[in-house]
Parts: sequence; structure tokens; C-alpha cells
Amino acid sequence: MSQTQTPQMRQDTAASDIPAIELRGICKAFGPVQANKNISIRVRRGTIHGIVGENGAGKSTLMSILYGFYRADAGEILINGRPTDIPDSLSAIRAGIGMVFQHFKLVENFTVLENVILGAEGSALLRPSLAKARGLLKDLAREFELNVDPDALIENLSVGHQQRVEILKALYREADILILDEPTGVLTPSEADHLFRILRGLKEQGKTIILITHKLREIMDVTDDVSVMRRGEMVATRVTAQTSPTELAELMVGRKVLLRVEKTPATPGDDVLRVQSLRLVDGQGVERLRGLDFTLRAGEILGIAGVAGNGQSELLEVLAGLRPATGQAWLRGAVLPLSGPGADAQTRRAQAVAHVPEDRHRRGLVLNFHAWENTALGYHNDPAYNPTPWKMDNDAIIRDTSAKMAAFDVRPPDPQLKASGFSGGNQQKIVLAREIEHAPDVLLVGQPTRGVDIGAIEFIHQRLIRLRDAGAAILLVSVELDEIMALSDRIVVMFDGRIMGERLPEKTNAQELGLLMAGMA
Amino acid sequence: MDIATFVQVLDSTLRLATPLLFACLAGLISERAGVFDIGLEGKMLVAAFMAAAIAFVSGNVWIGVAAAVGVSVLMSLVHGVAAITFRGNQLISGVAINFLAAGITVVIAQNWFRQGGRTPSLSGEARMAPIDLPFAAALRDVPVIGPVYHGILSGHAPLVYVAFLCVPATWYLLFRTRFGLRLRAVGENPAAVDTAGVSVIGLRFAAVALCGVLCGLAGAYLSTGLSAGFVKDMTAGRGFIALAAMIFAKWRPWQAMGAVLLFGLLEAVANRFQNIDIFGVAVPVQAMQALPYILTVVILAGFVGKAIPPRAGGAAYVKEH
Repeated sequence: MSQTQTPQMRQDTAASDIPAIELRGICKAFGPVQANKNISIRVRRGTIHGIVGENGAGKSTLMSILYGFYRADAGEILINGRPTDIPDSLSAIRAGIGMVFQHFKLVENFTVLENVILGAEGSALLRPSLAKARGLLKDLAREFELNVDPDALIENLSVGHQQRVEILKALYREADILILDEPTGVLTPSEADHLFRILRGLKEQGKTIILITHKLREIMDVTDDVSVMRRGEMVATRVTAQTSPTELAELMVGRKVLLRVEKTPATPGDDVLRVQSLRLVDGQGVERLRGLDFTLRAGEILGIAGVAGNGQSELLEVLAGLRPATGQAWLRGAVLPLSGPGADAQTRRAQAVAHVPEDRHRRGLVLNFHAWENTALGYHNDPAYNPTPWKMDNDAIIRDTSAKMAAFDVRPPDPQLKASGFSGGNQQKIVLAREIEHAPDVLLVGQPTRGVDIGAIEFIHQRLIRLRDAGAAILLVSVELDEIMALSDRIVVMFDGRIMGERLPEKTNAQELGLLMAGMA
Repeated sequence: MDIATFVQVLDSTLRLATPLLFACLAGLISERAGVFDIGLEGKMLVAAFMAAAIAFVSGNVWIGVAAAVGVSVLMSLVHGVAAITFRGNQLISGVAINFLAAGITVVIAQNWFRQGGRTPSLSGEARMAPIDLPFAAALRDVPVIGPVYHGILSGHAPLVYVAFLCVPATWYLLFRTRFGLRLRAVGENPAAVDTAGVSVIGLRFAAVALCGVLCGLAGAYLSTGLSAGFVKDMTAGRGFIALAAMIFAKWRPWQAMGAVLLFGLLEAVANRFQNIDIFGVAVPVQAMQALPYILTVVILAGFVGKAIPPRAGGAAYVKEH
């Protein structure tokens, strides 16, 4: 009987089933912020259900309520049709719910086995529980491609393996419903593919999976249904096969968005920055950069791809004058010192080398300062801000900030607001406005859209392209491969402090770059 | 140095190490659960007073010990409420307990006994009597075994043996039981424990209470076993020395025993050799007595390798995802 069913029929039977999870009218407020407003959603059993939305749309809050990490102010949770009260994580586990948080909840100096049994030991003594878990883990590993050494310490595992441990934890507790919050943010493309294989395997075993992500490509690839959240509300639920990334992006943002970056081919000019055998040894004696050679030309964007932690951050810091290194570099043909006098951030800015740091909270902004003070930082010696040597012209800075905020559509356009009062996307726009509006020859930019909403991403990308077209040389570091592919005119892949290869975006693909990022090929 | 002196020094090493060992294990359990406790000193002091006072009044040392444990646990729970429930600063709460203890013991002692802030001397049943290990007398004259067994190991108060039995017990509890796994986890990453469906607050209170029990025993031994009565500030910084030993031992029970034995030995040597000449220079008695404290400073200054405390130590747990 089941063999003769068409996919359409099977879907119909599943739909008529009682949903694995049903949320009705969930509300949750943190102080004045309404994180979830009257949210209702049904998740069909045995499916992968995606939840998309911008940062702060309330996805993680909703899932934390489902896992008993937070309590809803109002609303009802039904698991397999039964109203279920989930006041804490223990109740969620008992109801068959497992969660893989974006930031893993693992004990770093425990073994895999110890982490898996924690809280579900079964007996007062550890030895029998460990033995039982060891056997079960072996079965799960075979069944779902979840191989991890049970005796390895978590801190010695790669991020991808740590995530497997989190999934194993949930399966060990016999979870039927698995929630994954932004699971691919920290994974290489091949690790992400492996994860999706695992998820499909779990689905075939009848597990229900909720996948929270902001990557539309993943939603299209792996989910059966998708729900879209915007500003704390559930705005739509679609069958994935009947929707498109464009429609989802519009639902997320609430207006039309351009997903593809529109750009004309680059017209590169002269070499602006040349680097030869750049090396960096950090405080622990580890060689972070192992001899880099590359050239950056005017009017082009050079993308540096790679998994986080392979030397990209250090490269940006060295070029921005934040830490000394060895090797040679030339800026517009003149020798650029990499250590000693002249190798500092102030000199670099004076030489028209601007830097948008990867971590805007730690390096890009002083969160407790007003927007206008942040706008002056790094350019505080600018004559326009200092008409006299003994007093800064704060009004000039405030006027300038207003102009920059208008040019970059920063909301709210209030120079007196503290930097911490802006959303992530607007904070990033403040940093970008500060650096770009000084018309640099070279822009070093790290993770320009990390934690930034789709609408703002579109805007930031357009601005970078416009700066390129105006003749600036841009060095773009990003862990988002899509971003690298969309913006770059040339792509360099870094792995373990080395350049693994250079590719042209139109002549490569994510698979090839993924292999390079993993240090293969 | 003759054999008899040697045996005497080691014998007193065990006795002097006992309160340190209790306190060190107390701190170790609390800190392994992520609750820093610099109030060990204060709890020992209150327990020492309570043990001596109640033992004197009741005439039974064990009632005194029970009272000491009770009051010490009570003070631990005060620390727990401040540091765990109300997420206060753990160091400040510990300091407060130390100050409270230093003052309140003397005030109450003066009020009760009117002997200048001390308890009357304990004797008879009110003092902890030494016990002889089986066959100690019989083995007395056997070479090597005799001095070690009869001279060093036998003839201590029961709490000395309890303290040393607490070492394997603590090790077993921490590393071989479910409770221990959870306790260590809550000191490393409370979010992992919380999301695994186990109460972070419950675990930390359990750890703090255990810490109180052990501090109570430390104080009780100090005033009823090592001395015969309570005197003002009689802990003399032992709570802090225990913390140093704990860091020296890198939060591991067996190593903690080794560390407190070293401190005990220094104290025993200082007591036994009040005046010694080194190359013709007379070392003043104060210099000898300062040895354990000097070692503490050396250890805390980090000269003895890198000690990594439990990662979530010192901070209250606040949910965030």
C-alpha cells in the first residue's frame, strides 16, 4: 500500500495527522520588548520545518520557550495533540524535545560520553551509565553518521563534532522533536552538508526537526515547510516546494529585497597594496600567518574566504596597523612598515587605509559613547573637527554625523543616541559610514554583515560596490561564502595561515571553495 | 635529628594538617561547583567557638561537634542565599562572613563565659580523646613499622582519621558518582546543566552545604582536638592557607592532601624547632612560624605552575541563549 502512494498522497496523510508540535497564541515580553506576539504554528510530524526571520525577529525566544528555557507569558503548547506545560528543560526533555543551541551547552573539559549522559545518568554511580551510553552511542553513530570518539574531550573537538555531540545528547534522551538554532553558522560547507545528511536521516526515522536559520539557501535545500517571523510575529507559513527565496526574503523584511548583488565587472587599476611573505607569530608562539603574498588593485574587491580562525582576522589586524608582523608590504608603491614606527592605526588612516573591524562591539564602536563621538573616533585629528588646537568643534562633528547618518540611512538618525541604542545593522552602518565617507584608497572590511538584517545587508553590499566603482581597493574578509561569492572580483581562500588558492568567482563554485577552506585540494 | 624527634614531627604534622584538610576539601567542593568561598576561615572560626562552647556546656564533645557543623552549614547557606539566589558577589559575601565570624565569636564568648572572649578549658568528655588503632601497642617495638604505626599513625583524635578518609570519599563523590559529574559540570558550564534539565541552584546549594559540613568539622577539631578550648581568632588564617593548598592542588582531592601535609609539616617543624642556627646565624622563631604563610604567598603568586580554576567559578548563573 505504502509503496503505491505518490508523494502528494503521502503528504496529505501526514497533514491530516495530529501535528507533532502546535503552539497557540504564544506571547513573551522582556521588559518593554515584545519578543513574541501571539504566535501560532503547527509542525507536521516527520518533517523538517524551517523558521526564518531577521535577527531579533523572535525565533530563538520562541524555541527557548518550547524548550522550557523561558516561560511564555501567555499561550498554549500542544505536543502530539496533548496540551503540555513546559516550565523547565526537564519537562521539555520528558515531552521528547531536544535542542541544539546556537552556542553549544557543553562542558569543555568533559569527555563526549560525560556530556551525553549529564542529567540523564540513570543511576547514582557513573560506571554503569557510562557503559550503557557507550553502547548506545555506537548504535547512533552507525545509524546516523554521527561518529565522534566517545572518550575525546570536547575542547579538542572541531565545532562540527561538538555539534554532533549536541545532537547525540538529544537522541540519547530519546528526543522525537529536534530543534536546531542556527546550526550552520559555525560550520564549513562540507560540515553543513554532512549535518543536512544527518537531519534527512533523522527525518526518515520519523523524527520531527525544527531548523532555525537566516540562510534561505538552507531552507530551500532541506526543509519541507517554512514559517517566517518578523518583529515577534509569525507572518506566514509555506510549503517549501511552493515558495521561493525571493518571496521568503520579502516576508522576512516586509518589503521587496534584492537578493543578488547587482554589479558590473570590475575595471581594476594600478596595484595599490602589495604584500609579500607576510608572517605573524602570536603571543603563544603559534604561527598565525605563514607567508602570505597577494596584490590588491584599485577598483576591485578581493574576497578572503575561509572558516573563522584561519588567519583572516590576524591579516586584517596587521594591515590595519593593530599588530606588528614580519614581511614586506607596499602601499601605492611606497614601502609600508609592518612593525615599528609607522605601523599603527593612526598612520594607516592618515594614509587613506580605512578599517571596518570584524567585531564592531569590541573594535568598531565604543558602545557607551554617542553616535557622534563614535563617528569622530579614528578621525578625531581631522582639521574639520579641530578648528583650533585646543578645542574640538563638537557641533561640527554632530552636523557631520547627521549627514553621514542620512547618507547611510541609519535609523533612528539621531547623533545623540548612544551606540548601544542602535540595532546591529544600524551600528554597522555607523561604522561603515565613518570609514567610507572619508573616501579611503583602501578599505579593509571584516564580516561587514555579521548579525545584520537582510535589508541592511542589501544596503551595505551596494555601498561597498559603489566604493569599488569609485576606484577604491577593498579587501573583504567574510566567513559567509555567499557574501564572498556575490561581492568579490577575485577570491583568495585562507586555511591555517596560508593562501590555499586564488579563484575568480565566475569560474568557481561553493564546492571547490569549500574544499580549499577545509585545507584540501 | 634523632628518630624520636622525626616521629614526633610527623605525628604532629598529621594533627596540624587535619583542620587544613577539612577546610581544603570544603573549598574544593564549593569551588568545583562554581561558588568561590573565601569564607572558609570565618566558618571554621564560628564552628570552633560553637564546638568548644557546646562541648563545655553539655560535657559531651560530640554534641559540640554537631553544633559546630550545624552553625557552619547555616553560615554556608547565608553565603548561598547571597551568592546563588541573589547573585551577589561571592568574594564580598565571603569577606562579610569572615568579619562577622571574627566579631561575633568573641562577643558571644564574652557574654556567655566572661573569660575575655574565650571559652573555659575543656577536659574529660568535653575534649576529643585520642584513639589507638588496633594492635598499636603490640606493634610498638617492631622496627620501622612500630614507629610509623604506633608513633605516627595511631593515637589521634577520631576526626583526624575522618579527615583523611574524606580524601578518597571526596574523590569518589566527584569522579565516580552522578552527583559529582553534575557538580563538576555546574562549575564549568552551568548552562549545560540547566539545559540538561538539572537545577543549577539546587546543585550549588548542595555543594555549599557540604562545604559547610566540612568547615564545621575543621573548626570543631581545632578547638576540641588540637587545642582544649576556643580562643579569639584561633583559626589564624588557616582558611586562607586551605585555599592556597586547594589552588596548589589544582582542585583535586589527592593532591589537596599532599598540599595540606606540606603545610602541616612546615607548621610542625616551626613548632618543634623554635630556634635553629643556619651557618651560625640564629633564625628567629617568628621567621620559622611564618613559613606556612610565606609558602601561601608563594603559591598564590603563581610560582607553582598554572592553576586553572573551574570556568564558571565566581559568577552567578544567569540564563541567556
